[in-house]
Amino acid sequence: MTTTYADSTTPGTHTIRPGAFGNATELRCRECGATSPLGAHYACFECFGPLEVGYDFPQVTREQIAAGPHNIWRYRELLPVPADVASFPNTEPGLTRLVRADRLAADLDLARLWVKDDSGNPTHSFKDRVVAVALTAARELGFQVLACPSTGNLANAVAAAAARAGIRSVVMVPHNLEQQKILTTAVYGGTLVAVEGNYDDVNRLASEIAGEEETWAFVNVNVRPYYAEGSKTLGYEIAEQLGWRLPEQIVVPIASGAQLVKIDKGIRELVELGLVEDAPYRIYGAQATGCSPVSAAFHAGNDVVAPVKPDTLAKSLAIGNPADGPYVLDVVRRTGGSVEDVSDEEVVDGIARLARTEGIFGETAGGVTVATLAKLVRSGKLDPAAETVIINSGDGLKTLDAIAGRVGPKATIRPTYEAFTEAGLA
Amino acid sequence: MSVKVRIPTILRTYTDGSSEVKADGGTLAEVLASLDANYPGIRARLLDDSGKLRRFVNVYVGEEDVRFAGGLDTPTPEGTQVSVIPAVAGGAR
Ligand SMILES: Cc1ncc(COP(=O)(O)O)c(C=O)c1O
Repeated sequence: MTTTYADSTTPGTHTIRPGAFGNATELRCRECGATSPLGAHYACFECFGPLEVGYDFPQVTREQIAAGPHNIWRYRELLPVPADVASFPNTEPGLTRLVRADRLAADLDLARLWVKDDSGNPTHSFKDRVVAVALTAARELGFQVLACPSTGNLANAVAAAAARAGIRSVVMVPHNLEQQKILTTAVYGGTLVAVEGNYDDVNRLASEIAGEEETWAFVNVNVRPYYAEGSKTLGYEIAEQLGWRLPEQIVVPIASGAQLVKIDKGIRELVELGLVEDAPYRIYGAQATGCSPVSAAFHAGNDVVAPVKPDTLAKSLAIGNPADGPYVLDVVRRTGGSVEDVSDEEVVDGIARLARTEGIFGETAGGVTVATLAKLVRSGKLDPAAETVIINSGDGLKTLDAIAGRVGPKATIRPTYEAFTEAGLA
Repeated sequence: MSVKVRIPTILRTYTDGSSEVKADGGTLAEVLASLDANYPGIRARLLDDSGKLRRFVNVYVGEEDVRFAGGLDTPTPEGTQVSVIPAVAGGAR
């Protein structure tokens, strides 16, 4: 098979430098287990199954990790990146705060709750994590352009990372995306293309272009195995920030499902490496009802996910044909969690609830997650006495329309003390 | 009826490197049969043992994912563009 891989390896004559992928050793098919050398492939040559990165990990200690950079490169030995990764320009995401959320916990009758607030990343979503790893792979593989189809946050992250690396970016988004996400992508100066279609249409177009443009690294298409590994760092950080132990329950928003699946992979690696003590944990997935194919499959007891046409306010999660859907089902079933979905109205309530109780303004994905948490508590599917972590994966400033009309000034008054007291504001 | 079929990189070994080939047929099933007559073995890569589209292959007739349109029975009118694309990861049915 090796010759076939070489034929399709992207930039023709480029040779991969030794150690380019750190301790990663191969790409492995998640379906049939066939392995292939590290390169720019994402689909198994045997069965079309998705490929993921396999490693030969060295012994890594907590001390080594703690002594590393204050970003995801502190886990570089567990990622497909070279030892000198930190010396190349990147956006350096990660080590976002893990906020103890006592007021939200009290509001929901939970014992102990934390919010992993990934809105604190350089372009204000967890996507900076995956893009940092994808950019590194793109560089090591000799690609010249960083590209992606995106529901918005990935567009921000790719455009910014490419700007910092001094390479071109080509980012494709559904034409009806939030204005904030359009502007916060375009500002970085790459090529932003609005496509008349939904994310699944954009994704399909990108996959076709990826087959033709040999010098382009589509972060979530042809370098997806590396890209997806970036989400493992969320699992690592949660454990490290809890004092090197696992929470009992984690609630994660789902679009393609990659984030959820990789948080689980990260946790299992920490256990295998002896960095945390093995303990049961449950992973729960969160979707908006208007795009809830994984929740539907979970509740129907299916292990395949039937695609849907999305219609929800939570556009960042609006992937009707989620690539990692079947693997999400595996993870939540194996760990004893579940997947739930919430209405757009609940999403907006979720955004407001997180903001009012914790001073954290999440985007619609965060609203989906908080509302799903509330639903899980109501239905008794989540143990209120157990330690819970929820992911706030993006910043509310990117989806202002979601809460416009719901919040605003209490009063508009003349600039006099009289007017202030008359309005009953004292 | 003649249609155009876009071939993903991973299957171009069957088409001598061509990224687009012609095929005949009034339904997707017939198109795949016609494809297989010209490029033997290619259909078996797309269909599983029970004759259904593999879980990790997405097929579009025009702009429509065939899973929304009738699967292998999806009509393929004259001049239609058929695209075969590996699912980016898990895929679905
Ligand atoms: C803010 C936010 N949260 C969560 C997700 C879901 O990520 P995944 O596609 O890995 O499931 C996305 C995806 O675009 C997102 O933008």
